Amino acid sequence: MTTEEAGFVISIRDLVVGFGRQIVLDHLSLDVRRGEILGLVGASGGGKSVLLRTIIGLIPKRQGHIEVVGVDRDTANPEETRALERRWGVLFQQGAMFSSLTVLENIQFPMRENLHLSGQLLGELASAKLEMVGLSPNDGKKFPAELSGGMTKRAALARALALDPEILFLDEPTSGLDPISAGDFDALIKTLQGTLNFTVFMVTHDLYSLEVECDRIAALASGKIVAIGPLSEVIESDHPWVKSYFQGKRARLITRAAN
Amino acid sequence: MSPGSTLDYTVVGDSMELAPVGIWTAAHSQALEERLTAVAPQVSAARKLAINMAGVHELDTLGAWLLERMVRGCVDRKSEVRFSDLPERYRGLFDQVSRVNRQTAEPTARKNVLLKRLEWIGQSTIALYAEFVAFLDMLATLSFAGARILVRPHNFRITSAVYHLYRVGWQAIPIIFLITFLIGCIIAQQGIFHFRKFGADAYVVDMVGILVLREIGVLIVSIMVAGRSGSAYTAELGSMKMREEIDALRMMGFDPIEVLILPRAVALVIALPILAFLGATSALFGGGLVAWLYGGMSPEIFIARLHEAVSVTHFEVGMIKAPFMALVIGLVACSEGLRVKGSAESLGLRTTNSVVKSIFLVIVLDGLFAVFFASIGM
Repeated sequence: MTTEEAGFVISIRDLVVGFGRQIVLDHLSLDVRRGEILGLVGASGGGKSVLLRTIIGLIPKRQGHIEVVGVDRDTANPEETRALERRWGVLFQQGAMFSSLTVLENIQFPMRENLHLSGQLLGELASAKLEMVGLSPNDGKKFPAELSGGMTKRAALARALALDPEILFLDEPTSGLDPISAGDFDALIKTLQGTLNFTVFMVTHDLYSLEVECDRIAALASGKIVAIGPLSEVIESDHPWVKSYFQGKRARLITRAAN
Repeated sequence: MSPGSTLDYTVVGDSMELAPVGIWTAAHSQALEERLTAVAPQVSAARKLAINMAGVHELDTLGAWLLERMVRGCVDRKSEVRFSDLPERYRGLFDQVSRVNRQTAEPTARKNVLLKRLEWIGQSTIALYAEFVAFLDMLATLSFAGARILVRPHNFRITSAVYHLYRVGWQAIPIIFLITFLIGCIIAQQGIFHFRKFGADAYVVDMVGILVLREIGVLIVSIMVAGRSGSAYTAELGSMKMREEIDALRMMGFDPIEVLILPRAVALVIALPILAFLGATSALFGGGLVAWLYGGMSPEIFIARLHEAVSVTHFEVGMIKAPFMALVIGLVACSEGLRVKGSAESLGLRTTNSVVKSIFLVIVLDGLFAVFFASIGM
């Protein structure tokens, strides 16, 4: 039985990633189920973003296997790899909008390159995505430099969703947003996940996001996944880092509110 | 048409039954669009539509939008539309899609071509004026900063100035040597080749000496510096502006002009005369070498003729121009750098502008100096 049939969209085994002498991820294994929202937590500089970037192929790995929707990049040919890359969308931490294109052109870009759409349909579909993330048609004519932080995140999300991906990778989606905007953004992802049925792999520090949004939480410490499960289970973990993370003052405020 | 992505229909009188079948996703967009265009006449003729969604295996935003678009057309024509057997998992998507594209962006007003042209001419004229003002503004700001430094010299960023002097001066020496050497060689070679026809080879020394010391030495070096260091200044300051570093400096109570721009401008003003001097030397050396190897004029004779041909005045004329050229390059580079906006494109535009404008101004300035020195008899 392949991992895909087992209901895992991402399956990582014994992953080792390092830079020079430093080992960042040390024999890490992780499965992400289809249709769930998985939140990855870990210390700053602990390798969360590295894990995300390794899965999407931006950082080379030293050892181990990564299978995404049943495709292993090591054995896949270039066409399969390109097809795979069309099946996910990535929201980078700073948005990574192309600064020389308008917001609408940014959203149209992946569609234009990958799909055979008529010009009219391309425009309609792009503005549909724009509205789905809560931006107005007038925002589409703006350049990324003219957007606020929250709008940039939304515009970048619209671009990540341009091809109706099966998996959405989010790198700290709510960082730099005020609590209201962050809450709205959490709700937006949850709603869109409900309508478009994608799987979310999310790196986050936002305890509130973890609480309201994530089905499961994975805790990354010393290069390994030390705890994984629903929030209530992960909180009970004995691992010292996980304990201090969730027992901290800031965390207690949220978990207390949740209980 | 790809198998399994289609739209079946049956027409009974003025009512129509539609059944989307198979995979309605972006990957099959071409087939779906064609099919919908083909069915459009029947759809617009029908007064009652029933859409049965039971046959749809996969649906994404594109598929949902295509159906929604068709439905909107029918509603506009006052036809009745009814959905049936919509799978539960697609209900949210349909709700979402039915809400989008209801409002359109405010249309940008279209103008008459002639008016647009006239407007463009007006805008460019104003922009030219604005550029001139920006240049003067930078000159004034820099002068004030310089004056403040003269009053309180300990505020001058000596380390930064020395560092920039190293970058725009010392590191530029090899390339300046090479270029001016080659220019000197070429001038001498061409001079000998053409002067020989009427037996005036010896005057090549006059030509090389005067041309290099008065004009070419400083001009070539200025153009090189504008391309090499002016562009670097603009790009540096521009990216600092983009990353809000300049705002941060200002907020900490520093004057960006004093901290960033003055040391750079001072470094250029010091470096350019030195480079011009070295360049002129190197060009004379190249000219002498060619005169010797190609024209058969021994170095002793070349130097002796050079003594007769050029006076200190020629050298002074070249050297006096150099700091002004440096100032123009520095001013243009820095003011362009500070005008960078958020996008990568604007950084590129400003850097190009900086180089083109400073080379242009350097040549204009050289012309003005020529008129000035001629009128005072130098």
